[in-house]
Amino acid sequence: MNIKELLINGNNGGLDHSGLSPLQKVTLRFVVIGLIFYGVAAIEGMIMRVHEIKPVPLLSDEHFFAIMTAHPIVGIFGSTYLIVFGAFTFLVPYLMKKPVFSIKIANFTWGIMTLGTVLVWLSGFIYHYAPLYTIYWPLPVDFSQFHIAGGIIFVIGVALIMIGTLAFIVNTYATVFYTPKGQKKQPIKPLLMSAFGIDGLLNIINKIRGKEPYAKEPPLSLPIVAIFRGTVDTFLDALVILTAGLLILFFIFNNLFQWGLHYHSVDALLYKNIFWWGLDLIADGLVLIYVAGTWYLLAMLITGRNLFMQNIARAALLLELIVSWAVWSHHLLSDQPQPEIMKLASGEMITAFELITQGLAFFITLTTLWLARPLKMSNELKFLLGGLLGFALAVPAGIIQADLGMNRLLHNTQWVAGAHFHVAILVGLTMTLYSAIYILLPILTNNSVKLFSQRLANWHFWLHLIGGIGMGAFMGMAGIDGMLRRHVYTEGEFMLYMIPAGICGAMLLAAWVIFMFNIIATIGIKGLIGIFKPSKIDKEVIVPQPATAMQKG
Amino acid sequence: MTSTDVLWALKIVYTIYAFSIISFVGWFAYRITKKPESYKTWLTPKVFYTYLAILVMIGVGIHILTYNKIPWVAWELKRHKIKPDRVFNITVENHQFILPEETPITIKCGEVVKFNVVSRDLTYGFGLFRPDNTMVFQMQVVPGHNNELLWQFHEEGTFYVLSTEYSGPKGARMKVPDAFKVVCNKNVSMGVGK
Repeated sequence: MNIKELLINGNNGGLDHSGLSPLQKVTLRFVVIGLIFYGVAAIEGMIMRVHEIKPVPLLSDEHFFAIMTAHPIVGIFGSTYLIVFGAFTFLVPYLMKKPVFSIKIANFTWGIMTLGTVLVWLSGFIYHYAPLYTIYWPLPVDFSQFHIAGGIIFVIGVALIMIGTLAFIVNTYATVFYTPKGQKKQPIKPLLMSAFGIDGLLNIINKIRGKEPYAKEPPLSLPIVAIFRGTVDTFLDALVILTAGLLILFFIFNNLFQWGLHYHSVDALLYKNIFWWGLDLIADGLVLIYVAGTWYLLAMLITGRNLFMQNIARAALLLELIVSWAVWSHHLLSDQPQPEIMKLASGEMITAFELITQGLAFFITLTTLWLARPLKMSNELKFLLGGLLGFALAVPAGIIQADLGMNRLLHNTQWVAGAHFHVAILVGLTMTLYSAIYILLPILTNNSVKLFSQRLANWHFWLHLIGGIGMGAFMGMAGIDGMLRRHVYTEGEFMLYMIPAGICGAMLLAAWVIFMFNIIATIGIKGLIGIFKPSKIDKEVIVPQPATAMQKG
Repeated sequence: MTSTDVLWALKIVYTIYAFSIISFVGWFAYRITKKPESYKTWLTPKVFYTYLAILVMIGVGIHILTYNKIPWVAWELKRHKIKPDRVFNITVENHQFILPEETPITIKCGEVVKFNVVSRDLTYGFGLFRPDNTMVFQMQVVPGHNNELLWQFHEEGTFYVLSTEYSGPKGARMKVPDAFKVVCNKNVSMGVGK
């Protein structure tokens, strides 16, 4: 079979999409779009890496910063959010053994989020609208630098993404709490207690007091608890970002219709506090909690065992609820008007708890795997270990910069972008997601596909791991030596670090190309197109019966 | 301890940590595929709680360590009680720094200097850098607020100012070359706020 045929038809005939349930199809749609957006973000990242080595003559400052604005929105919302939402849209009904509340809402979610991401990208590509993802007040309404049309498209794009996020949340909560026809109604209280991890905490307290456990069999499995918990933060984050969008829109109209309100009527510091409170919930709510939940799920699926210290893990998710709402001030350690007590309490001390909550998830996952030795080094296991390593590197880097002394030297440097959040997202989060994709692929495709090449999967793994850690490391070293993260260097000041960082960035891009080739060669373009065609199977079906049997087998 | 010392220490410590954790996960990945000689495990809840206690100690300890070892943490926390020897009022507007004197502004080693930077429009950053581009310090400049930073220089040299916060494409190269010159006299006493 030649390559063209292989890509069109897939390996061994590719994906038989006719046997997929509506839930399987909608999940795969989320994942496919998310992976395409990942590629867009990787290409954007690579353009910026090249520009940091030597400014590209064709790329003006306006265009460069427009790419820098679109890059995290495409990468986080377009890619990560979609893949995570897709996986959870499938996992919640799959683990709870009941149909998803609404397939229509699920389809609406990926559709509107895709549209929103494209609009944000277009606002940068056409109008060079570039307030960056932090949109510090009053930069987004500085129309001496930006075109008003760019601002309007950007705000609409972000708003659509947030509406999609809210739709996902509604669907998730509804799936957890609703009772399908013919099933016995479950009382809400134990479900809520379980969803917040309160039953885990009460189990620990009862154990200390020598009493019977509060809930021997909690109604919700641990990954569902993590999904629920993360979703609380995602909800609040969406509200804050939507509010910021409305504010920007108000000032756009203020400018258009000459209402005469000065942008200084909004306190920049208060705005920054509220905005970071919301935005940080992505980092702490979505990334840390969703990831912890995914690690737990992967560890349980890979080993076929219960989780080590399960009650602690449940209670830790409750602790993370408090922690994640109170850590935003670590983003304002270099803001001198910020009250010192907030810097010390929220910025330093409560933030330090993230080391504990994430360290705890790291320990629990590794121990669960360790106790199940020997394990086969499957794709899902190796990517899971890569994801664990990513967070083991990135979280301490974040804790270091969340210190009054260190932040004076590291704030807004390449250390933050490289050693901390790119390693967290690219190595920690993305490798965890790849692990989830590998483990869910047989379930989502009814075992109808066979991976085209294990060798390519290995190449993908090593290029992604080395590229991700390497790029973060060289960017981090440049940051220590004073390189800022939002600045254009024209005289090759940090060439020594930027060249290897660029090579590592190219490895990441190559890893994605290899992965996509391998997946398309596995599924086939016909199969991929089929994912977007309506399913003929009943929408109540989670996974068609033969596949469930095969999965168990 | 100067900012150079702190950053050098960070580079060493983090590199050692990074190689240690990569080695550990590599070892773990190798061992996990092997059949254990015994299924008896040392991974008990006691080990787990000890590990948690260590994490708490590291999380809190890092801040106690920096408070005691990095001098500008105490300057920051006690800045309302410290009387500066000199105050520089700096304004930022239209992507330009407006310094109070002609540059380079000379500062004596050991002088306690207060930088009060205000922005008339956007959010900027105020950072001081050595000629080799390493950072001495930086802070955010939030409009509508006084952004004050106390510093005591212990190293001779000429430093440039760079905006450390993005303020739109027009602010991509906000730089004041040779903005401050620090001259050291051996008899100057050190230790602000002690």
